[in-house]
Amino acid sequence: MRLTLRVWRQRNAGTPGAMSTYDVDGISADMSFLEMLDTLNEDLILRGEDPVAFDHDCREGICGACSLVINGDAHGPERTTTCQLHMRAFRDGDTIDIEPWRAAAFPVVKDLVVDRSAFDRVIQAGGYITAPTGAAPEAHATPVPKADADSAFEHAECIGCGACVAACPNGSAMLFTSAKVNHLNVLPQGSPERETRVLDMVAQMDAEGFGGCTLTGECATACPKGIPLPSISAMNKEWLRARRKVKG
Amino acid sequence: MAVSGLLMLGYLVAHVAGNLKVFFGPEEFNAYGHWLRVMGAPVLHHEWALWLVRIVLLAAVVAHAVSAYQLSRRDLKARPTAYVHRRKGASYATRTMRWGGIILALFIVWHVLDLTTGTVHPGGFEEGRPYQNVVDTFSTWYGNVIYIVAMLAVGLHVRHGFWSAAQTLGIGSARRERLLRGAANGLALALTAGFVSVPVAVMTGVVS
Repeated sequence: MRLTLRVWRQRNAGTPGAMSTYDVDGISADMSFLEMLDTLNEDLILRGEDPVAFDHDCREGICGACSLVINGDAHGPERTTTCQLHMRAFRDGDTIDIEPWRAAAFPVVKDLVVDRSAFDRVIQAGGYITAPTGAAPEAHATPVPKADADSAFEHAECIGCGACVAACPNGSAMLFTSAKVNHLNVLPQGSPERETRVLDMVAQMDAEGFGGCTLTGECATACPKGIPLPSISAMNKEWLRARRKVKG
Repeated sequence: MAVSGLLMLGYLVAHVAGNLKVFFGPEEFNAYGHWLRVMGAPVLHHEWALWLVRIVLLAAVVAHAVSAYQLSRRDLKARPTAYVHRRKGASYATRTMRWGGIILALFIVWHVLDLTTGTVHPGGFEEGRPYQNVVDTFSTWYGNVIYIVAMLAVGLHVRHGFWSAAQTLGIGSARRERLLRGAANGLALALTAGFVSVPVAVMTGVVS
């Protein structure tokens, strides 16, 4: 396959960036999107140019490091992570636009790499349990209803990649925060901090400069792990409940 | 946004029901208009109930506009650099909430000046004869255009707004998703169809 890539190039956070056009040849349909970028970078290095910086780690779709907006879609045209997207999703001769996550809370570090530590600080605000943990506990010690366990697992799937923020026209982090809140709030292990968790995480989310939610649903459409849109409503319910309890 | 929006939506439902009385002829419609002024009598003085409704509505409109402004400012600030490759996302109703809201605000101003105060009313505005006033307004081409466009905007606004309000208030869930979407679409359709039926009736001579 022969492709034309239009890639966002930016030296660092302080200098303005722009889209640069590159031609790549010899791309196999079985390559992953990141392998295609590796091919481009090998080319650039041979030519003595600066390779394109992009985040990646496990390349198995489970770590949440990769983060590219491909033709306007976070993680590209398929509902998966960029590393699990294969070149067979494109056709020979295609022009592909590659941009970084765009959000005030995710400043560009270099090229396609953005700083997502805002998410870490949201987690630090309450995305944990204070109970001492050790070896796996005896399964019957703390019974969890099946529906709650399913819900917790569904939300625990969030890998914190930030596609929700990138896809949201408002740069809102509601889906991410709701996944983390709901994951722990439905479980008995998470109930001691049930109220402070949702209040503190939402406050931190707001402080980080993420936008407000207008329920466009773009986040849930982009999420590679399928965190559903009603999770946001569930977090709003938790938040309203916590406000009543803490105030009352 | 959710609470003020639902307040106004409740009013719209009552408003459209009242409007449909126009199909029962001038006596009944004018009598209904009169009743609105003596609502709550004899406990309440003349027009007290009406003014109470107006005050609550005004507060809701102001609260809705102020929160929309704050939310929009925050949202625009959170995405300082736009994507080069833009794609159309979300539904038409979702994408037009801001402009739709502005259109509706302008419409409300015209609507009050036209049929409540009579300031910009075409023909002789007569208080206490709403039936004739309605016919006069919808006998002009621009009255019909402004009104019908605004009512389509109401439908779109309610379609996204009602469902969103439910999510904001924490009522949404995977199980209730179909119910809430259905209710939002049903409400939007009923309101738009109900409101638009009046100018259409005047145009076709059913109401004259």
